[in-house]
Amino acid sequence: MKAVITVVGCDKIGIIASITAVLAKTQVNILDISQTIMQNIFTMVMLVDLSKLNCDFAHLGELLQEVGKELGVDIRLQREEIFTSMHRI
Amino acid sequence: MFNINDILETINMISQDNLDIRTITMGISLRDCASEDYKVTCRKIYDKISKLAQNLVKTGEDIERDFGIPIINKRISVTPIAIIAEGCNTDDYAVFAHAMEKAAENVGVNFIGGFSALVHKGYTRGDKLLIKAIPEALSTTNRVCSSVNVATTKSGINMDAVKEMGEIIKECAERTRDRDAVACSKLVVFANVPEDNPFMAGAFHGVGEPECVINVGVSGPGVVAAALKNLNGGDFGTIAETIKKTAFKITRMGQLVAQEASSRLNVPFGIVDLSLAPTPAVGDSVARILELMGLERCGAHGTTAALALLNDAVKKGGVMASSYVGGLSGAFIPVSEDAGMIEAAMSGALTIEKLEAMTCVCSVGLDMIAIPGDTPASTISAIIADEAAIGVINSKTTAVRIIPVPGKKEGDVVEYGGLFGKAPIMRVNPFGSEEFIARGGRIPAPLQSLKN
Repeated sequence: MKAVITVVGCDKIGIIASITAVLAKTQVNILDISQTIMQNIFTMVMLVDLSKLNCDFAHLGELLQEVGKELGVDIRLQREEIFTSMHRI
Repeated sequence: MFNINDILETINMISQDNLDIRTITMGISLRDCASEDYKVTCRKIYDKISKLAQNLVKTGEDIERDFGIPIINKRISVTPIAIIAEGCNTDDYAVFAHAMEKAAENVGVNFIGGFSALVHKGYTRGDKLLIKAIPEALSTTNRVCSSVNVATTKSGINMDAVKEMGEIIKECAERTRDRDAVACSKLVVFANVPEDNPFMAGAFHGVGEPECVINVGVSGPGVVAAALKNLNGGDFGTIAETIKKTAFKITRMGQLVAQEASSRLNVPFGIVDLSLAPTPAVGDSVARILELMGLERCGAHGTTAALALLNDAVKKGGVMASSYVGGLSGAFIPVSEDAGMIEAAMSGALTIEKLEAMTCVCSVGLDMIAIPGDTPASTISAIIADEAAIGVINSKTTAVRIIPVPGKKEGDVVEYGGLFGKAPIMRVNPFGSEEFIARGGRIPAPLQSLKN
């Protein structure tokens, strides 16, 4: 199962480090990262593979949200299908 | 790989433009629950709903979490109760509504539809008893919704039923006068009712439907409005294209959620209903979309044309996005549930007569309209007859969900809260229709050719 993690908020040092630390701990493999600054807002999109995930999907979502709170950014974890079904025929 | 702009577009739709799945509705056949002893029937109704829908709410919540898309309602529709109750040894059909209420409460859904009768050509004994029980059923339950189909294109309009429904609506209002006639918000009178509609209050599980089925209703007026705002000009061709593309994307969400719910619950997928369903929330209004096309206020001349374009473009975009489309599928114009409609009605731009014209080109009908409490039953019946005629002649679904609020007069406002919003009391034509309604009988089915 693949999922997309999106991070939106103020840019600061350590955003990617904090998130990847959670992903390493939960055995999540990063397939692709892309980031950009849009209208002064830091935006990062990460495609991840959850096939070796060592906790359940909901728990991973909670862990990421905690990190988001600490960093003051908005982090979402969503199954990949929502994006592929909306944007691909 | 993926495109960052596509992903951000989806996220913005959800977080800023109120994109959501309005409802996952499980349709359940109760045909095997009929028994001579009404107590046995009630028990079977309760047991069957409780068993089949036990995981509905949890599955909805799981899907919501996994995909990050809000699913506002999880609901149930059942076989029209008049059919199930007819063979039972009781004349008090409210007991069946109580069984439905208890089952709905048990599985945690906020509405259950199907306290219904189909009487477009005439009544059976069960239909008569069910309609008689509607005021009692709706005033003593919170979750049960009722609908009555009084007309079809193939059989014409049952004017006896139209007359009776005017009186039933008045009685529903009277019985819940301490709650601003809330019972009327759970009662819909239909022409050409669809049998797979997932939206309340008119949902029921038709007789041609399977044992159990998952139907999904999408929403998204806010997303369409946001897309039009970004247009900055453009002719009607551009507007129609933009709405189509947006409707496609919205409906793909519905299709995904419907398939996922169907496979997780192990229940067949029925249809996606392509409706633009507004809520009173800011930025989730169908009226605003019409205004974005250049109307000063919803209700101004041009509104019907704007709505026709919107409704058609939503369908064209949605049809390709889903493998099975059904239900009501069109833009909804419930006055109390749409912030833009409420404002338009309060400012005098939107009248019942204009709303009636709008129902010729969209789903569904005169919806969530509050009128003065002293409106005669015969006038309400005449409003129903007009709507039914529009539906029957144009081969489309139309409906009336109207609330004569006791003690309230034109210009007052009634607050229902939540998804029901607030309703300004609208002006009703003061001239009577009593003699017309008193005639009874049937208006014959219309000709299907020589259309003009």
